[in-house]
Amino acid sequence: MLMKRNPQLNKHGELIHLLSIEGLPRAVLTQILDTAGTFLSVNDREVKKVPLLRGKSVFNLFFENSTRTRTTFEIAAKRLSADVINLDIARSSTAKGESLLDTIANLSAMHADMFVVRHAESGAPYLIAQHVAPHVHVVNAGDGRHAHPTQGLLDMYTIRHFKKDFTQLTVAIVGDIVHSRVARSDIHALTTLGVPEIRAVGPKTLVPGDLAGMGVRVCHDMAEGIRDADVIIMLRLQNERMSGAMLPSAGEFFKHYGLTPEKLALAKPDCIVMHPGPINRGVEIDSSVADGSHSVILPQVTFGIAVRMAVMSTIAGNQA
Amino acid sequence: MLQLDAESLYAELLAGVRPLLKPESRLVGIWRGGAWLAERLQRDLGLPGPVGIISSTLHRDDFAERGLASGAGRTTLPFEIDAAHLVLVDDVLFTGRTIRAVINELYDFGRPASVQLAVLVDRGGRELPIAAAYAAARLVLPAEQKLALAQQDDGRFSFSVEPA
Repeated sequence: MLMKRNPQLNKHGELIHLLSIEGLPRAVLTQILDTAGTFLSVNDREVKKVPLLRGKSVFNLFFENSTRTRTTFEIAAKRLSADVINLDIARSSTAKGESLLDTIANLSAMHADMFVVRHAESGAPYLIAQHVAPHVHVVNAGDGRHAHPTQGLLDMYTIRHFKKDFTQLTVAIVGDIVHSRVARSDIHALTTLGVPEIRAVGPKTLVPGDLAGMGVRVCHDMAEGIRDADVIIMLRLQNERMSGAMLPSAGEFFKHYGLTPEKLALAKPDCIVMHPGPINRGVEIDSSVADGSHSVILPQVTFGIAVRMAVMSTIAGNQA
Repeated sequence: MLQLDAESLYAELLAGVRPLLKPESRLVGIWRGGAWLAERLQRDLGLPGPVGIISSTLHRDDFAERGLASGAGRTTLPFEIDAAHLVLVDDVLFTGRTIRAVINELYDFGRPASVQLAVLVDRGGRELPIAAAYAAARLVLPAEQKLALAQQDDGRFSFSVEPA
């Protein structure tokens, strides 16, 4: 049977774009995590910059706002010595009616070597990857509800940093799973890296039963969901969900699914608490947990830069 | 078939490195073979503290063709580089490109007072103006041949020679 090649990989199986974690072999994920370890140590140098992307232009195309993700991509590209161009697309050409592919064609004519794309439409980075020249690379920085692969990888880096081995872990992902591209990328990554128990925890409106098809255990009860967990990943509760009648109120959500010290006590004593940010204190996570000894939310941010350096240098070094 | 006795060359390297050392000198082995050599030299010369290990990965000039070589090591320099006298150690000196990359890498950590180079084998074929202060052997190999140091389980060294 002729298999359609994963558009992220070249014919040698090397990563040329990062669009989704789904379908990437374990070896590719592990290599990125190992490479990120090397880049993390660059922070300790007197010169916090390496020349791997010297002379390359990285275009940050954020069709949807995200200060944090865009900033960490910008820092990562600059530490690799790339020139970084930030385009606030939401307020420029698209607003004037230019199509996505026309925008890309124009930026390619400005000699872009890499596009970092965030888009509200699932699949937009795939479309771009199909239309760029062979030497141009694309990184998905979050597309619709579909995927946020660099967040998934930095979450895996964080887990590996604190837990060393994936194959004995229980990981609980709590909150709005159904709308979360972070949850989807995390679930694919955790599965590929061999985590035996992945739990999706939240109310029925946000964690539908058919998620079990992704190989996760669905828990609508918070206590059951986080009992004996090694890792708890809290998701941000998006305010717009509240108005969409999916939830009664933020207070109600916090009562049942907010991570408090009392609920955290059900998890393993050395459990780590993660969150992709920005956090809503008192909505999905209690301040004392967010700032407490189990929280690794700020290390996640630091690791995120190293992971994005690893992703960009890996794809830039591979030929289409 | 070329036969190189890595163990007897190592004995010569040990003798050849000694006169290069100043009282404050530090050994820095180039990942991978050079790091093995530096660690053993450190013990055999009775030098205090850990050796430095340096990787060329982040400064290689063939990144565009080869990408990031996986498992190419990580730089660990557990001492101050500013004003230090350093002796770089490597198994094979060939084009000089690794040494160029490694010197750039060193300068990301500070400004050493001096940097010298000691190698087990200088195989000729230089493409940059780089020379070793000491080489235990000098020979000329065809460019397509690969020469690499290996370390056995008991710590003894051997050379592998492969046609590329």
